[in-house]
Amino acid sequence: MTTACVAGGAGYIGGELIRLLLGHPRVEFAGASSATLAGRRIDGAHPNLRGLTDASFTEPGRLPRCDVLFTAAPHTRAMAAVREHLDTGAVVIDLSGDFRLRDPGEYERYYGVPHTEPELLDGFVSGLPELHRAEIATADRISVPGCMATAAILALHPLVRSGLAVGEPRVDARTGSSGSGASAAHNTHAERSGALRVYAPLGHRHEAEIRQALGRPVRMTVTGIGAVRGVQVLCWTRLAPGAGPREVRAAYRTRYAAEPFVRVVAARRGPHRLPDPKILAGANFCDVGFAADEAGGEVLAVAALDNLVKGGAGNAVQCMNLRLGLPERSGLEFSGLHPV
Amino acid sequence: MITCPECEGRVAAPEEPRVHEIVECAECRSELEVVGLDPLLVALAPEVEEDWGE
Repeated sequence: MTTACVAGGAGYIGGELIRLLLGHPRVEFAGASSATLAGRRIDGAHPNLRGLTDASFTEPGRLPRCDVLFTAAPHTRAMAAVREHLDTGAVVIDLSGDFRLRDPGEYERYYGVPHTEPELLDGFVSGLPELHRAEIATADRISVPGCMATAAILALHPLVRSGLAVGEPRVDARTGSSGSGASAAHNTHAERSGALRVYAPLGHRHEAEIRQALGRPVRMTVTGIGAVRGVQVLCWTRLAPGAGPREVRAAYRTRYAAEPFVRVVAARRGPHRLPDPKILAGANFCDVGFAADEAGGEVLAVAALDNLVKGGAGNAVQCMNLRLGLPERSGLEFSGLHPV
Repeated sequence: MITCPECEGRVAAPEEPRVHEIVECAECRSELEVVGLDPLLVALAPEVEEDWGE
């Protein structure tokens, strides 16, 4: 059976990767490393995994050989971690921001440090199946996009590809606290509960990913909210002359008709008219929807996802399935909960 | 199959349709009222709007 390991398994994304791999019908979880919790049981850091594994974290560099290696080290530290594992022969799927941007100058501008492995950048394929399915199927190095970038790209891509969007889209993103990671010091309940913290009013690093994927500039604002999981993006852009709600709906319907994990949600009535991350916790879906003015106006594109699943670990497993030639939904069938 | 007059989505026709019968569009969730049988015709059903607050 195919084996998979997680380098950097103590964080929230690492925990989600281990959870999904333990439940995967065609892939065997073979181990996880942690620089901070080596020797400790995995189900100590991730108590939802009690009874599912007796394994402990290994030291970095002591993972067993495997077919697929997920690297979930923090941004700016993943560069070195990935370099260490390139000679093992494993397919590397990186979940940090370190291999998402093609231009090392752009990386330094958004991440504040020079890229130490710029010669590796061209070898990575963007791990967004909805845009790069064919390349992922043959790639040995895959870089999974950021959670808010994934939502914004999937929200805007049908409009940009069909020529319905003109001008510079504006992305208003809202994110739950788990997006800050397991060790974020400012994420205490006292600080986060009930918050509407505009922590990146301009120039969030995911802005660069969206621009790279769509091929046009965007502006982005990010607000931290009180939820634990979930991302929602509201993306405003002008419509091409003559375009209205019917053309917009047709663009979304056509673009996502065959996608297993993107659902178009734009209902006229009921409480669930547009995408809401609340019902997506634990699921690999990205729901996208819209509201459009009549001809010549603006369109509001909305997307929602679980930042740890379709915005991270689930998307990475989807990439693994594609790379291994497995059914794309393998291990990712969970529908989410309602009510939750 | 019939076409939703709101979103142009495909809606399964009732097996034995009756005038004033309501069917729901799976895509935009509009309620559609059967207004004719031969040919089968549907129109947006009147609805009482929800109060969405201030």
